[in-house]
Amino acid sequence: MIGAAVDWVEARTGAMAFIAPLLTHHVPRNAKWWYVFGSATLMFFTIQIVTGVCLAMLYAPSAAEAWESLRYIDEQVPFGWMLRALHGWSSNAMVVMMAIHMLQVFLHASYKFPRELNWVTGVFLLFTVLALAFTGQVMRWDQDAYWGLGIGASIADRIPLIGNQVRGLLLGGPIIGGETLSRFFALHVFVLPGAAIGLVGLHLALIMKNGISEMPKPGATVEPATYREEYEKRMAKDGVPFYPDAAQRDMVFCGACLVLLVVLAAVYGPFGPGGQPDPTLIDANPRPDYPFLWIFGAVSLLPPASETAVMLVAPLVGVLVLVAVPFLANAGERAPSRRPGMVLIASLAVMAIAALTWEGKTSPWSPVMNAWSALPTPGHFLTGRTPLQVQGANVFQFAQCRNCHALDGLGGERGPALDAIATRMTPDQLMRQIQQGDGNMPAFGRNLDSAQMTALVSFLTTLKPEFEAPARIPGAQLPLPVRRMPGEVATPVAAGPQ
Amino acid sequence: MSERSEHRAGESPASGGGTKPCVNCGCAGKSAKQDARRGFMFRFGAALLGVGGAIAAVPILGTLLAPARRQASGWVSLGSADAFPPGQTRFATFLNPIRQPTDGDSAKTACWVRCISPGKYQVFAVNCAHLGCPVRWFAQSRLFLCPCHGGAYYEDGSRAAGPPPRGLFEYPWKIDGGNLLIEAGHLPGLEQTT
Repeated sequence: MIGAAVDWVEARTGAMAFIAPLLTHHVPRNAKWWYVFGSATLMFFTIQIVTGVCLAMLYAPSAAEAWESLRYIDEQVPFGWMLRALHGWSSNAMVVMMAIHMLQVFLHASYKFPRELNWVTGVFLLFTVLALAFTGQVMRWDQDAYWGLGIGASIADRIPLIGNQVRGLLLGGPIIGGETLSRFFALHVFVLPGAAIGLVGLHLALIMKNGISEMPKPGATVEPATYREEYEKRMAKDGVPFYPDAAQRDMVFCGACLVLLVVLAAVYGPFGPGGQPDPTLIDANPRPDYPFLWIFGAVSLLPPASETAVMLVAPLVGVLVLVAVPFLANAGERAPSRRPGMVLIASLAVMAIAALTWEGKTSPWSPVMNAWSALPTPGHFLTGRTPLQVQGANVFQFAQCRNCHALDGLGGERGPALDAIATRMTPDQLMRQIQQGDGNMPAFGRNLDSAQMTALVSFLTTLKPEFEAPARIPGAQLPLPVRRMPGEVATPVAAGPQ
Repeated sequence: MSERSEHRAGESPASGGGTKPCVNCGCAGKSAKQDARRGFMFRFGAALLGVGGAIAAVPILGTLLAPARRQASGWVSLGSADAFPPGQTRFATFLNPIRQPTDGDSAKTACWVRCISPGKYQVFAVNCAHLGCPVRWFAQSRLFLCPCHGGAYYEDGSRAAGPPPRGLFEYPWKIDGGNLLIEAGHLPGLEQTT
């Protein structure tokens, strides 16, 4: 009965004739656990589609209501919070898994002949998924989304000649508003998923056409002239059917990933929404989502003079280099041990992205905006001080110095910590630095009166370890007698002009 | 796909010559006249599609591209000019004059108003000239500080320190009937003159 039904459908669709080769095609015997990451990426993408469709049924893609509707999903809809948590965590997981998949393919040089276009479609998928992640952050329509769009608009603005037009196209109008959200909604739920589904289909069709690459072996080089023939011979002789030999590992890995995802989502819950998207609430401290923290870090560390050029040119170079990889070297050795340069490049890329992500997360270049009013002055910098010096400690807080300069490890890290500044700068140098500033420090000469300035410098000259000498200009007489440790040899002081 | 190949099979010389009726549609088979007619019909259809597509493209491209050239702004009141005492810099908000019905909270806009002396003002956008984050005014150190990358500006809006390539963006202002008005609208940015 069931068999007859299957035959009936098969006669009219040819579905089994289509699916059977997908399951039975031979894959290398030695692939083992290296090859599970692509499958896991696809599983997370499936989760994104399913949870995304559900979210689209609940979400109000209107600038006036989006933020409220997310609160509604989180707090009113049964398990709505879990739905959002799954979508958010799966989004990050998909980016991570895709990066691992790409790294594995790069290290094993699986992109070489005849799989150049497998790699190229993969690169397009990478950028499509990153675009989905960015537009998804906008869907949250909170302060991070609003000011993140502002950052995107400011970068677009730097494009010569047509910057303003590009910015308008990005935002869907002259301001970040209703049409911006609608535009990003259309991209996030129609255009980009459509592109991703198409590219996934193409990527999989190319895998079927070109076969799964074998584990690289030193000396087993890729020769385009004979590769296909020999590959097919090896597969026929030594390959194993995809189902069940390789599929079992995909199943186990995907299953473990899904369980981990569900646990993460249930324990840590959804991402945001953060503060409401009201641009008059300027106490915002915008940060991008994880996949973009490294870009945020890189942009922050660039010297201002090269900034525009790098921000506009680097993404283009990045795309071109990634697309070009299989065309620069599509034959020869695949083993990492025979391609030390490529291993070095991959390691450096991973370390750079990891380090920049950490920098982006901690963002030491950002002033701590409430340090001046919220942090205590460490007691040991106040005891035994003169009234003028204590007054200087007050100026230090009230002039917001602490927002950029730490004391006792607390405060901003934009400027150097000042715990021992008196060992490095003389009172005259301190005065000059505060009055005139320099590239990364504003000049306070116009903003502090001379009484404040005197008090501040007098406080700063006390900031040193007790037994260390204060800074002095070589050749100048010591300003104060130095208390010495028992047994310490007096440093010879050059005689100053009489 | 399959219909097409069967059609061809009927026409092919192997199955009985070029004039044998096609097995599918019973047509007289391949002939130069019919080829010409089919070619014409195809081109005619393509032309129809072109004409229809061109007309349909007007609203499609209009929707996609119109935001590239809208750069509107308008005058909006910040309230009584007396609310901004000389020597001080104060926070002010307004509803964007070019807002759309669906903008919600995002139509609210903030600015910093500095009254230099009675009747003389500077009105700054909150958007940092570096990457557009909202700058905050610190009256004690008389500085604007940006929370993102530490851009700093003096009270007259000029760049003090950090990565911004220029000073704060300013709105044109005027006094009308005792009220302070500014010309605002589009998001301030580097490519604009103000």
